[in-house]
Amino acid sequence: MRYLPLSDADRSDMLRVIGAGSIDELFRDVPQEARLKGPIHGLPMHASEMAVERHMAALSRKNMIAGDVPFFLGCGAYRHHVPASVDHIIQRGEFLTSYTPYQPEIAQGTLQMMFEFQTQVARLFGCEVANASMYDGSTAMWEAILMAHRITRRNRTIVSSGVHPHYVSVAKTMAKFSADALETTIPELGPQSDVERLLAKIDDQTSAVVVQYPDILGRITDLTPIAEAAHAVGALLIAVVTEPVALGLVRSPGEMGADIVVGEGQSIGVGLQFGGPYVGLFACREKHVRQMPGRLAGETVDAEGKRGFVLTLSTREQHIRREKATSNICTSSVLCALAFTAHLTLLGERGLRQLASLNHARACEVADRLSAIPGVDLVNDSFFNEFTLKLPVEARPAVHALVERGVLGGVSLGRLYPGAEALQNGLVVAVTETVSDEDIDSLEGALKEVVQ
Amino acid sequence: MTVNPSGWRPSAPANEQGEAQTVTGNRALMLEEPLIFEIGSTEQTGVDFAELPQHAPRLGGLERNREIGLAGLSEPEAVRHYTRLSRQNYAIDLGLFPLGSCTMKHNPRLNEKVARLPGFADVHPLQPQETVQGALQVVNELAFWLLDLTGMYGVAMSPKAGAHGELCGLLCIRAALEARGDKREVVLVPESAHGTNPATAAFAGYRVENIPANAAGRVDLEALKARLGPDVAAVMITNPNTCGLFEPDMKAISDAVHAAGAFVYCDGANFNAIVGKVRPGDLGIDAMHINLHKTFSTPHGGGGPGSGPVVLSEALAPYGPLPFVAKMPDGEYKLVEEENAGEEHPNAFGRMVAFHGQMGMFSRALTYILSHGADGLKQVAEDAVLNANYILRSLQDALDAPFAGSGPCMHEAIFSDKGFAGDINTLDLAKALIDEGFHPMTMYFPLVVHGAMLIEPTETESKANLDQFIMAVRSIAERAKAGDESLKAAPVHAPRRRLDETLAARKPVLTYRTPQAAEAAE
Repeated sequence: MRYLPLSDADRSDMLRVIGAGSIDELFRDVPQEARLKGPIHGLPMHASEMAVERHMAALSRKNMIAGDVPFFLGCGAYRHHVPASVDHIIQRGEFLTSYTPYQPEIAQGTLQMMFEFQTQVARLFGCEVANASMYDGSTAMWEAILMAHRITRRNRTIVSSGVHPHYVSVAKTMAKFSADALETTIPELGPQSDVERLLAKIDDQTSAVVVQYPDILGRITDLTPIAEAAHAVGALLIAVVTEPVALGLVRSPGEMGADIVVGEGQSIGVGLQFGGPYVGLFACREKHVRQMPGRLAGETVDAEGKRGFVLTLSTREQHIRREKATSNICTSSVLCALAFTAHLTLLGERGLRQLASLNHARACEVADRLSAIPGVDLVNDSFFNEFTLKLPVEARPAVHALVERGVLGGVSLGRLYPGAEALQNGLVVAVTETVSDEDIDSLEGALKEVVQ
Repeated sequence: MTVNPSGWRPSAPANEQGEAQTVTGNRALMLEEPLIFEIGSTEQTGVDFAELPQHAPRLGGLERNREIGLAGLSEPEAVRHYTRLSRQNYAIDLGLFPLGSCTMKHNPRLNEKVARLPGFADVHPLQPQETVQGALQVVNELAFWLLDLTGMYGVAMSPKAGAHGELCGLLCIRAALEARGDKREVVLVPESAHGTNPATAAFAGYRVENIPANAAGRVDLEALKARLGPDVAAVMITNPNTCGLFEPDMKAISDAVHAAGAFVYCDGANFNAIVGKVRPGDLGIDAMHINLHKTFSTPHGGGGPGSGPVVLSEALAPYGPLPFVAKMPDGEYKLVEEENAGEEHPNAFGRMVAFHGQMGMFSRALTYILSHGADGLKQVAEDAVLNANYILRSLQDALDAPFAGSGPCMHEAIFSDKGFAGDINTLDLAKALIDEGFHPMTMYFPLVVHGAMLIEPTETESKANLDQFIMAVRSIAERAKAGDESLKAAPVHAPRRRLDETLAARKPVLTYRTPQAAEAAE
């Protein structure tokens, strides 16, 4: 077995040192009846690298690869070009095969990278501090709701209808068990988000208001009035960003008064990967940092006075505080955070601005071309790289009809909001820099056929 | 001379002691590296774009009107930056990484190659299901093997890491109890448990109570039985436990817990000791998470991503979360999500994540399982246990080994700093190991052993590596017992000496500030 270095001679020598007659003697605490007699039933025996690769490659070929077809899906996961050097960097064995940096003297690489990541995320979101990552955007949002609960000592949260329905579903699930009350509703297929609803519902029992920016339909809303209304009653504003590339072009949530900004970092550096692993982003005001979940790298000095970094404020965390911790999170998503920070460093401010501009310009072009198809209407007044179309037919079968024409044309609102009739003609289309002129022609041609 | 445009320098020459000084602060292959904010600029970039088309923005009037402050680097600068940082890390690829309870085994590179096949890596989670049959089959095949290896009834694949899996298991338990109208409020957790266990129980809305260990380092069965009652929802057991010992009474514990109307949660962090040898389902377990990033070798990556599927008993499986993958009679695979759950899985407690879980980890773990097969996995457990016992017996005369007298250990061996002279302690031995070229063991955990050192070598270490490690530990232990105060200064050969963690926590600096801004903040 190629992954096991011990030889039979080694095993015999070692058993002799141990003073055991056989391997089985080492398992003597396991009751006889619980021990399997031979190799476990039902699994094949070990296989060569070539044989395993052949099996896995065959499975991979059963999928339609986004890069092989005209591709326009978004809704929380975006296909951007990732520079080749990013994957090279995350495959450095010293990053890939290291553990959580509990021994800082021999983990400065990971710790400094975390510190740089925290700085980038905080600046991008317009916040003072950020942590070293969460599992993903959806779990980061729930942790933000809990954090607001701890800060305000209130448990009523108002969730905008523009928040990704999977994120809302996660929060609803968790709220059932934490005695938090969530006010949620589904979006309307119109150009305006539900700011009026949120403002009407905010009161002195409100812990937080949660708004996605840009929202699930791609709309961009000024968060300032919501922040002001929340702050007036002592509540917090939580902003959720699922497409951080947008922040190269639009104002950050922090600038508009958001107290906690969370998001999904997948679109920078990580890739689609059928939904995971991704990387949760989490930033807030410095005064709230002790209520924050997750790992934090902080600057300090070593015994010789040299600058170095350590995990810090660990008294918030489960391995110190156990049941009194701010969260149960332990393993987070550091390697994906490395991909994020390396990609963002390669982009820099100038590159991010250019990337965002290219996405927006492309999206504007596609929105105009598709909404010129008879019967197809553009729902949005505002958008970044993703917008919603109202088709003259139900969108869900239309998506399958587009697949038959070799096009991955968007996400139907019927998939995201099954049973919501008012939304069933909605199609969310994402357009990134990876979309070519030919891709646009293909989508336009196929959609024309499908909506006739 | 300036080392970088900001003028930052790793140390003033006056701070360097006992060694020849260099003007750069570098020491041959040990290269200092500034922060990206000190060497990059907002105008520098490592990515080229085509010319931008002109267009009128439709951003709702919210165009960004101030700089973000993101430093950019050209590609050669960026590659060098991260390569230099990487060289300040210890890693499995460099040597033994014997962190107890963490299972730092070799990460096969085939797994990395497979996860990067475009058919897995370049697939969107919301693609129509007819276009992702291969991905769904990977999830389903891995689920099948996990059930086979654990002897359990169902599996929830979506949890993102071990602690998230614990939460999933406890929420299944809560849902099952609520379904029978049973309001129980307490979860019992041994004192030796990972911190995530009590934190998760609290997160799921339970009150946590400790259960004591007996002198042999196992759960005190009689004390546990005495505490069980109508208020206890679940008992969280780690088996093998965090002292590296199998709980021989596991079946009796499960029976007692079930008789009291409660459920048994098993922390599967230590599954590597028994994979292919023992099935948790045969021990009466109701729910157990499996850390794919431990037992099944997906890389730790400096702290994640992990993946924590949860296997469930027949009693709990109906409450498992959405979505999951089902195989249809016609051989096709489908996702069971909120919309179709009603007919097929009406009692799901809800959803834990957006999308479907850690696909990139599933493809790696399945590759690992298929590579090893039934015979290889059994050998994994046997070699892991053999290596740990070899360390236990080779060090028991050099270090205090509190449970060595009670028989063999499983996949990890526990020692303590009892017998060290003066104020020399576990931390000092660990830091001295760094100088010898090893990653230290887990320190001061579990809490039930004072000054604990928990050593988990894993099966992917050769005897020669173990012998060298044993020699190093023996030498340091002798110095510690002899009162060699120089241990207090270790490490001296690492990229950094001991770091001031108190300062970091007292005056937190969590993001980079320019020297001017930092001064203004003082």
